[in-house]
Amino acid sequence: MNEKILQVKDLHLHFKTYSGMVQALRGVSFDVYKGETLAIVGESGSGKSVTTKAITRLLTQNAMILRGSIAYKGNDLLKLSESEMCHIRGNEISLIFQDPLSALDPVMKIGRQITEALRVKKQMSRSEAKAKAIELMHSVGIPDPVIRYNEYPFQFSGGMRQRIVIAIDLACEPELLICDEPTTALDVTIQSQILELIKDMQRKRNLSVIFITHDLGVVVNIADRVCVMYAGKIIEVGTVNDIFYSPQHPYTWSLLSSMPSLQSSAKDKLMVIPGTPPNMLHPPKGDAFAARNRYAMTIDFEREPPLFRISDTHYAATWLLHPDAPAMTWEDAKHARGIKGGTQA
Amino acid sequence: MSENNQIVLEVKHLCKYFHGRKGMTTKAVDDVSFYIKKGETFGLVGESGCGKTTTGRTIIRLYKPTGGEVWFNAERIDGPLNREKTKRVTSKMQMIFQDPVASLNPRMTVEEIICEGAKINKLFTNSADLRKQMEHMLDLVGLTKEHATRYPHEFSGGQRQRIAIARALLTNPELIIADEPISSLDVSIQAQVLNLLNELRHELGLTILFVAHNLSVVKYFSERIGVMNKGRIVEMADSEKLYENPVHPYTKSLLSAIPIPDPIIEKNRERIKYDIGMHGYNASCMPAMHEVEPGHFVLLSQPELERVKRGEAL
Repeated sequence: MNEKILQVKDLHLHFKTYSGMVQALRGVSFDVYKGETLAIVGESGSGKSVTTKAITRLLTQNAMILRGSIAYKGNDLLKLSESEMCHIRGNEISLIFQDPLSALDPVMKIGRQITEALRVKKQMSRSEAKAKAIELMHSVGIPDPVIRYNEYPFQFSGGMRQRIVIAIDLACEPELLICDEPTTALDVTIQSQILELIKDMQRKRNLSVIFITHDLGVVVNIADRVCVMYAGKIIEVGTVNDIFYSPQHPYTWSLLSSMPSLQSSAKDKLMVIPGTPPNMLHPPKGDAFAARNRYAMTIDFEREPPLFRISDTHYAATWLLHPDAPAMTWEDAKHARGIKGGTQA
Repeated sequence: MSENNQIVLEVKHLCKYFHGRKGMTTKAVDDVSFYIKKGETFGLVGESGCGKTTTGRTIIRLYKPTGGEVWFNAERIDGPLNREKTKRVTSKMQMIFQDPVASLNPRMTVEEIICEGAKINKLFTNSADLRKQMEHMLDLVGLTKEHATRYPHEFSGGQRQRIAIARALLTNPELIIADEPISSLDVSIQAQVLNLLNELRHELGLTILFVAHNLSVVKYFSERIGVMNKGRIVEMADSEKLYENPVHPYTKSLLSAIPIPDPIIEKNRERIKYDIGMHGYNASCMPAMHEVEPGHFVLLSQPELERVKRGEAL
């Protein structure tokens, strides 16, 4: 657990658009340790997917990385040439996308899609690649891999397709697997199977996983540590227990209490985050969440909070943690609103 | 709510089969029966492909049912209807779709989108009244009348779903069929839309058929729930009862699949697997709906029913 496999430092990324510069990432820093699962949560537009695309250098032409570094095993990925990067993708870092249907080529047989990577990256012979592909399909839980090897994506269900995508990703034995909302398009029952599969693969191959999602239940299921992103910044980072039992940032509070749980009934009003996420063309001054935060203080609108340290594993960027701020905790916040539901059992 | 026992929608043995190539028949909806009382919210839950959306669409006459009956306000509406009846039925029954991007015409302004139904059905004789009603609807769903002249692309996902809700409410419907209204929205926005629907149904006394795959959302929102699997309702009960005392193994499996955002509970959560083969149904013991306790219906075969009566778990 102590070896850092990936270190992202102070990443600033802008998109050039017709209406101006969209400041997608504004200083993102995090580490991924060997063999751990790091979850990144946040609403759409918070920069989670852009972060992973920056790591794999799959950004569109109009993206500009202004500052920062992404060190993978000590090498800065941002300084590599495209051909060197090509070697990293697949062999070292692999990516699972949200929608398994659009990630697969509809007119190419499943077998060829899996062997493609092996043939190109590992220069395997056709028969070797086929044997390996069938073994992979078997290991991700596809029944009758020999028959299904010759089938097309449309003949597979959503969950099976996602298994194929995972098989393709694992073909070249990467060390870091990035999952970008891999279960959002799937049903709960299928979702739990895919999560089990990812956990199983991680244990067997000692993978490091970056798991992007907005479902907090999934986070608890799979993650060791959690980063909460808002408006292109990481606003809170900690272990699963830190984030779920003593969250410090008001945004994390709202995330935790905004979805109904099986315990809540329609009489409990859900806590709503008022307003909409900020426009990243012109990010607000100070704390980006201040305008939607009912605990915002004057300073939140003027100065950006630094990351305050709560413990060795737990950091949060909110002025509420400043020694001069009024004492306000998750317990107080829950009490003040009379929230039932949320995360309590 | 419960003092008024008038039944708004009743579905009796509804079937919808799709015929594919090679003579294949998909039984998307197979012998589904339920009713919804006035002011009540009935949740239909199940995984994708279980037929819940098809049920909603067949009720609102987007599909022609293969068999069975649909009764709306004590009127049978599944067959061919005359002009005047069609108008009455279509304006009193409205639908909210899953994807607010796809369900709003990008080339129409919000005003045109919201008023289209009322114009087609000629519900308002003068345009000033219609405009006033439209502004009232925008206000109800938390938008302003300045939004009326804008196009859908100028709105966020949550706001678009609000427009879709305003459109559904304009004709003053008695029944709303909400087909996964929040599943394509962002987490923080989902809560806003759920709260809005919750307020509106109390304010306007709406009757809602709420179709979704997320059991915690359905349980939060509905008074009664029907769990669907493979085109059939396998269990139907009050939402509290269904959650506290699930009888059918599929319901148990569905409940156990929901990840819970609490580390200790989640680590100890046990997954229950479900396989339709475990029932051992055959031609001589086909399952049927049985009432195991008042208001709690489960799809059981005769031997299973006896086991449930003895208090054994399935």
